[in-house]
Amino acid sequence: MTALRRLLGTLVQFPSAIAGLGIVVAMVLFAIYAVVSIPYPEAVRLWRGGEDVWSDNPRTVPPAWFNWWPGTNLPTTIRIDSAVEPGLKTRESLDGDLDEVVIDFTIDYGFDGFPQELTLFFTATFAESRPNVTMTWTTPDGREIRLGNLTLRPSEAFRASQETRLERRLNGLPPEIGLFADPDDPSRPLKGTYGLRVEGLLFEEAADLDARVVVYGQVHGWAGTDHRRRDLGVALMWGAPIALAFGLLAAVGTIVTTMFIAAMGVWFGGWIDATIQRITEVNIILPFLPILIMVGTFYSRSIWVLLVVVVLLGIFSAGIKTYRAIFLQIKQAPYIEAARAYGAGNMRIIVRYMIPRIIPVLVPAFVSAVPTYVFLEASLAVLGLGDPVLPTWGKVINDAQANGALFRGHYFWVLQPAALLLVTGFGFALVGFALDRVFNPRLRDV
Amino acid sequence: MADASATVTGTGGVAPRRRRGGSGSLARVARFTVVRLLALFLTVVVGVYLTILIANMGGYVDELRRSTIRENVSLVVGMDPELRRLPPAERIEHMESLIAIQEERLGLNRPFLLRSFAYLGGALTLDLGRSEFLTSDSGSREVRLIILERLGPTLLLFATGQLLLFFLALLGGLVLSRRYGGWMDRLVIALAPTSAAPSWFYGIFLILIFSAVLGVMPFGGMVSSPPPPDPIDYALSLLKHLVLPVTAIVISAVFLSIYSYRTFFLIFASEDYVEMAKAKGLSSQAIERRYVLRPTLPNIVTQFAFLIITLWSGAIITETVFNWPGLGRTLYGAITVTDVPIIVATTVIYAYLLAVTVFLLDFVYAIVDPRVKLDVGGAM
Repeated sequence: MTALRRLLGTLVQFPSAIAGLGIVVAMVLFAIYAVVSIPYPEAVRLWRGGEDVWSDNPRTVPPAWFNWWPGTNLPTTIRIDSAVEPGLKTRESLDGDLDEVVIDFTIDYGFDGFPQELTLFFTATFAESRPNVTMTWTTPDGREIRLGNLTLRPSEAFRASQETRLERRLNGLPPEIGLFADPDDPSRPLKGTYGLRVEGLLFEEAADLDARVVVYGQVHGWAGTDHRRRDLGVALMWGAPIALAFGLLAAVGTIVTTMFIAAMGVWFGGWIDATIQRITEVNIILPFLPILIMVGTFYSRSIWVLLVVVVLLGIFSAGIKTYRAIFLQIKQAPYIEAARAYGAGNMRIIVRYMIPRIIPVLVPAFVSAVPTYVFLEASLAVLGLGDPVLPTWGKVINDAQANGALFRGHYFWVLQPAALLLVTGFGFALVGFALDRVFNPRLRDV
Repeated sequence: MADASATVTGTGGVAPRRRRGGSGSLARVARFTVVRLLALFLTVVVGVYLTILIANMGGYVDELRRSTIRENVSLVVGMDPELRRLPPAERIEHMESLIAIQEERLGLNRPFLLRSFAYLGGALTLDLGRSEFLTSDSGSREVRLIILERLGPTLLLFATGQLLLFFLALLGGLVLSRRYGGWMDRLVIALAPTSAAPSWFYGIFLILIFSAVLGVMPFGGMVSSPPPPDPIDYALSLLKHLVLPVTAIVISAVFLSIYSYRTFFLIFASEDYVEMAKAKGLSSQAIERRYVLRPTLPNIVTQFAFLIITLWSGAIITETVFNWPGLGRTLYGAITVTDVPIIVATTVIYAYLLAVTVFLLDFVYAIVDPRVKLDVGGAM
């Protein structure tokens, strides 16, 4: 405990170490927050759930904080659901089985830009006769525009932006622009309160219908959305625990086993040492990433399988040579001879006497290895070998690359996960560097 | 990573000994080369065999090939009007016999152990038959042709990046060790952690800045399209496309390299013999060349070897990000369509490239390590 306190005391002398530690701690807290606020099954559902989960989000839009730039006032998504909000729907019996349902939506629109799309989603319950609806749009200056009419199935979507007849009625303007445009200057939207009236005819006593209007904005959430309307926030948040878990586990796995095997080789010597040396030489020539890629392509893309392969390939790495050189010196130390004299067994000497001596070299190597593995996971994802279920930062970059995000100017899509990767990597690297200087006296003075 | 005591693979194993001067010297260099080459070749053979085992673990690849054969045969049989008239039982029998012939042709009916050795021979000569989907630019499906065609661009990009990186880092290290403690020194130390990110990562940023926002550089590729007919224009276009990927490779490693080289120089500059040389009144340039640079070189070569080994992996994705028509992008393309022969062949050629790298650096190491020469002067 005192050793730890002394280490922290020394570390504090390096401002970069404090910054690095701060980043690492913040990242860990962020990861914990992500896991607690969005439980694992929920995260998978939000990321892999399908159209139902994402249908109300706009497609490939930047995060909402883009509006913080002075002079920017891009529309956010407006979503009104008659099934949730009371008082929108009125029902009136006409005669016999015929009922009329009127749903009045009021949309306050005060943005400088046009929405991305306009869609009405209907849900209807009926036994045989399908309800019929008519939709009318009222602008703040009192114009009335008929949107169209529909005969409903149990679940129906009216995508105004795809209605060519409506477009023709709006003098060739795309509906999401034409409906909101200022008649005097069609390049600007008219601000004010719009009305959308849905009049439905129900032909059965038990029938009912509800509608949800979604005016898709041009910004969404704190992280934006991707080409499938998914909220990137989920991936950016869940990327943190996954990246940290992968990086830490891989670093622990490789470094601890490497050290242990190097110690075994040095202690037992002879053919064990020779075998370890030869395996290492072969392993250094094995192309690491292509083999990982083979495993990912042929067997499993699960991140945990790849983690095991990473550790297996990392055991006999170049590090063994480094540790071996140090262990060879340690083996000659008098206290090892003393331990032998009192009858300590092989394992006891390795675990209690040799390995503790190498910890100072190990700790910086461990911390510096974490970002390597964090980026390795991202690299695999960028190659399209990301875990099929989990949302990770690398997969977001991969999606962005595959959809030409940079080419089309969707910079937020690449920059956000990249920044998180960079910050995480940088944090660990900073701490690693400082630890290296603390533990390696030869470096401390220079 | 920054460790001085590490050596390149097993320089201790095959002790290179050379006599200074005399006719034996050349023979010894030759013997060292041969022994080292043999050892490395054996290593490559083992490595490639392991690769094949991994690629075929659980017979997955065989399964894939079998199903491809079955699909092709059933397609051929289904399309043939004569065969369609046969009764179903007979048709299936005919199909099975065709499949059996195909499987025998590919050796799928032999036990895996035998087959794996045949495959090893093929892999070592890159004779992996034909690809399943990808073709070379000339339209060939010969795996060897595809791989050899893509080797050139990869070597061009990688060699340019590595050489630039090595000399920049060496120069930077020397300059910084002279002005150690200055603002430049502190800046480089502060920037050293940037090497935690691989080159493709910086590639994305470079594309973002220079291609997307400023629009002064191409988004990717090796030459502009269509390729300029004039050789000079072609070279200029190539050079322009080379700038961003090379910059990405250099940025991803240069600060850490400068930092560690500078540290080596500083450690070696504080040795007693350097003080002695100073006391003798030697010029600082002579001291730097003879007493600092010379003894540090083995360490620097070792460092560089490890750097190159890690950078080979990064290069795969850098090529993908920059759409560079090299091995890395071929591998990426092969992954997306699961082209097994290509994936195995690329893995094998990367093993070769790594082995060549290790060999060259071993060689350089034996030349620059002064201890190797001292050793020879005595006992032999």
